[in-house]
Amino acid sequence: MSNQTHSISRTSQAARVAGVLGALVLMVLIAAPWWAGRADMRLMGELFLYLALASLWNLMAGYAGLVSVGQQAYVGFGGYMLFALTIFGGLHPLYAIAGAGVLGALIAIPVATLIFRLRGAYFAIGTWVIAEVFRLSFAQISALGGGSGSSLPVGIVRSLASSRSGRESLAYWMALGAAVTAITVVYLLLRSRRGLALTAIRDNELAAGSLGIDIWRTKFVVYVVASGLTAMLGALIFLQKLRISPDAAFSVNDWTAFVIFIVVIGGIGTIEGPIIGTLIFFALRETLADLGTTYLIVLGIVAIVVMLKAPKGVWGFIVERYDMQLFPLRYRVKLNDQAKR
Amino acid sequence: MDWVNAIVQGTLLGGLYALFAAGLSLIFGVMRLVNIAHGDLIVLGAYLGLTVVMATGLHPLLALVFVVPTMAAIGYVLQRGILNKTLGDDILPPLLVTFGLSVILQNLFLEGYTADPQKMNAGVLETASVSVGGLSLGVLPLLTFAIAVAVIAGLQFIFYRTPLGRSFRAVSDNQEIAQLMGLNKRHIFGLAMALALAVTAIAGILLGIRTSFDPTAGGARLIYGFEAVIIGGLGNLWGTLIGGVILGVAQTVGAKIDPGWQLLAGHIAFLVVLAIRPNGLFPRVSG
Amino acid sequence: MPEPILSLNRLEAHYGDFQALYGVDLEMHEGEVLAIIGANGAGKTTLLRSVSGLMSNAAAQVVYCGTPIGALRADEIAALGIALVPEGRQLFPSLSVEENLLIGGRLNREGPWSLSAVFELFPVLKERRAYPSTALSGGQQQMVAIGRALMSNPDLILFDEISLGLAPVIIKSIYDALPGIVGDGMSAVIVEQDISKALSVSDRVYCLMEGRVSLEGPSANISREAISRAYFGVA
Ligand SMILES: Nc1ncnc2c1ncn2[C@@H]1O[C@H](COP(=O)(O)OP(=O)(O)O)[C@@H](O)[C@H]1O
Ligand SMILES: [Mg+2]
Repeated sequence: MSNQTHSISRTSQAARVAGVLGALVLMVLIAAPWWAGRADMRLMGELFLYLALASLWNLMAGYAGLVSVGQQAYVGFGGYMLFALTIFGGLHPLYAIAGAGVLGALIAIPVATLIFRLRGAYFAIGTWVIAEVFRLSFAQISALGGGSGSSLPVGIVRSLASSRSGRESLAYWMALGAAVTAITVVYLLLRSRRGLALTAIRDNELAAGSLGIDIWRTKFVVYVVASGLTAMLGALIFLQKLRISPDAAFSVNDWTAFVIFIVVIGGIGTIEGPIIGTLIFFALRETLADLGTTYLIVLGIVAIVVMLKAPKGVWGFIVERYDMQLFPLRYRVKLNDQAKR
Repeated sequence: MDWVNAIVQGTLLGGLYALFAAGLSLIFGVMRLVNIAHGDLIVLGAYLGLTVVMATGLHPLLALVFVVPTMAAIGYVLQRGILNKTLGDDILPPLLVTFGLSVILQNLFLEGYTADPQKMNAGVLETASVSVGGLSLGVLPLLTFAIAVAVIAGLQFIFYRTPLGRSFRAVSDNQEIAQLMGLNKRHIFGLAMALALAVTAIAGILLGIRTSFDPTAGGARLIYGFEAVIIGGLGNLWGTLIGGVILGVAQTVGAKIDPGWQLLAGHIAFLVVLAIRPNGLFPRVSG
Repeated sequence: MPEPILSLNRLEAHYGDFQALYGVDLEMHEGEVLAIIGANGAGKTTLLRSVSGLMSNAAAQVVYCGTPIGALRADEIAALGIALVPEGRQLFPSLSVEENLLIGGRLNREGPWSLSAVFELFPVLKERRAYPSTALSGGQQQMVAIGRALMSNPDLILFDEISLGLAPVIIKSIYDALPGIVGDGMSAVIVEQDISKALSVSDRVYCLMEGRVSLEGPSANISREAISRAYFGVA
């Protein structure tokens, strides 16, 4: 046993296989406009947007301990910025989406300074207050249709692509791109130095603080980045909807409740969780949506049961069973057992 | 005079907000639980009241005789059956479970009572008013405010003058040592939630008499209650009443400036307090 | 031989992955005063926590008056008549002195102890009854902690380092009160760092070392060498 050596690595067999498979799946998905029908593409587009929202919410709640029930503030803000920047700013929608992201991140800065004064669960409700303030404020802006909202002018929609199918493909690719971007940003952030700090905070905030990790700054960065990206997603979402109103833009059910259920069911605090959760959520929705309110009751019950019985969600269950990780984040110590020869 | 009127009306409205807040404040004080479904439970109180009124023809205030014990029982069962399982160092489980509960409740209301706004009819009480120094004050808002003061005085008495309150404070101080005194913390938490929902029942009925409500009305009520708690300072019941009053006055004064500003003005008052006094105006516990 | 009031049978205790007690056997009879000594970290507090139910164990590992109680909750065990004076006093800061005592008596068990009996034992507490418990000196706080445990009229009382951090005069006055407490047949377990103090007040002594019993015997005739061997693990 004496000539045993260790090697420390992040990758694993499963992760390499997943990487290859992921690339293949991504290529198939990029090609969807050539193989999928119009309705399927719409559904998949929506799925990707939810996946992106869920990944960002998971970054905040699952890693930075920032449990927000108010991310609809940024979805709605981004949506409204798309309308404002294209209608009044004359920007091309694509630039307007980027602009919405930047503005979303900018407004998140003063918001964070304020609501970071609320701790734990009170922070959550504070985020909701902010979303309400946003909703009520936009309802006051008559140029954007006030309380009843407004539609995106046809000219702006046309500027995206002249044909309907062209627009639909573009919208699909943007949604796919958004999901890939969100997951990549989360992944890279978690691999960075700040990511290590985040993992430390998630595991033990007190200990992380005593190790000299600047918890406030780390959380602040996460909040601002996640909010800016969420605002971009909001712009994308309402570019597809073509109509915006305060109630739709700042809906706590659509943009937060569903997202929370996705993350909780899939597995909070893992990159894979939101992916699994989104798939489960859409599968449930497509099969049970006819039940209307019953479907939402079932969803709520499932989320509560998961939280109580399997707090790490479906992905946590799989990991525990098979010790698997698709996005290599953890370091593993491997024993290179040369003694065996 | 108009402004004085707005301030007085806002003060009275603050009584209702303090009732929204009292239950929230109580359960946070005893078990550090923040209940996202609190607003929906207020609305549940209103729907239960409506059901009793429709079934029996009783006056809504008399319906309290049924609704208060029912809500207290629901609180006890909810706490022991579900919420106790979420308590611990991690804030996620209680938050997410009560969030799920909120969604479930809202959809149950939709199934049971449709999305149409409902209201309870309290007869002459709704329109009766007295005139005080040139101001015309509604009897219902006055009654609401008086009930709020009485409820908070009652909670204060229970908390600081009775064996039950002593147990609440002991468990809140140190759960482990409290168990050594023979206190079963699960039971104590159940009692605290029962008491909180008894208050919530009163809040719900007064809400349902004052305005119409629908299945989604809970979110805003949670937020008002929460804002009153934070403005007043965590863990301070009288502070909560003052918080409610500040919120109510901000809303009525805001509405006076521009009707669209009513709710916004309340939130802005909250954010201003948060900016300059993050621990509220009269903090008691740091939490 | 009557049934023991307390017996520990191969008691084990864990904090997560860390094992703090390794198969501790112990037996005590009614009216006995038992001392438990041992170095810091030996597992004394863990043992008392297991008996009082703050740590849960397999049911049969802790047997009280013939009833297996290892798996019961702390509040259930308290109701059976076991009280703990915890290490570091641990009074309720938002309760007054009197309320701290009253909450100790909320189980309403029959017996000699009442608010007035505690005030008779520690007269200074009567003067300060309305003070917040945090406003007392360390020694007075310890008196409240002892009084709080007595208020439940326990049959078995567990003291965890009641002299810790107190001035010698105060320690003396507290230990002077001890015979009045355990005099009427109450059984007691006393965890104490001061070995000679522990030996002088107890009938029998157990020494713990790294989670195991390293010595056991009557307090009156146990040799100093045996103790230092059991305490430090060296000859
Ligand atoms: N909460 C805890 N978590 C982890 N380890 C603990 C905890 N409490 C005590 N220990 C460990 O258990 C062992 C026994 O501790 P304790 O029973 O407090 O010893 P004693 O009271 O004899 O000083 C020690 O090694 C201590 O570090
Ligand atoms: Mg100890």
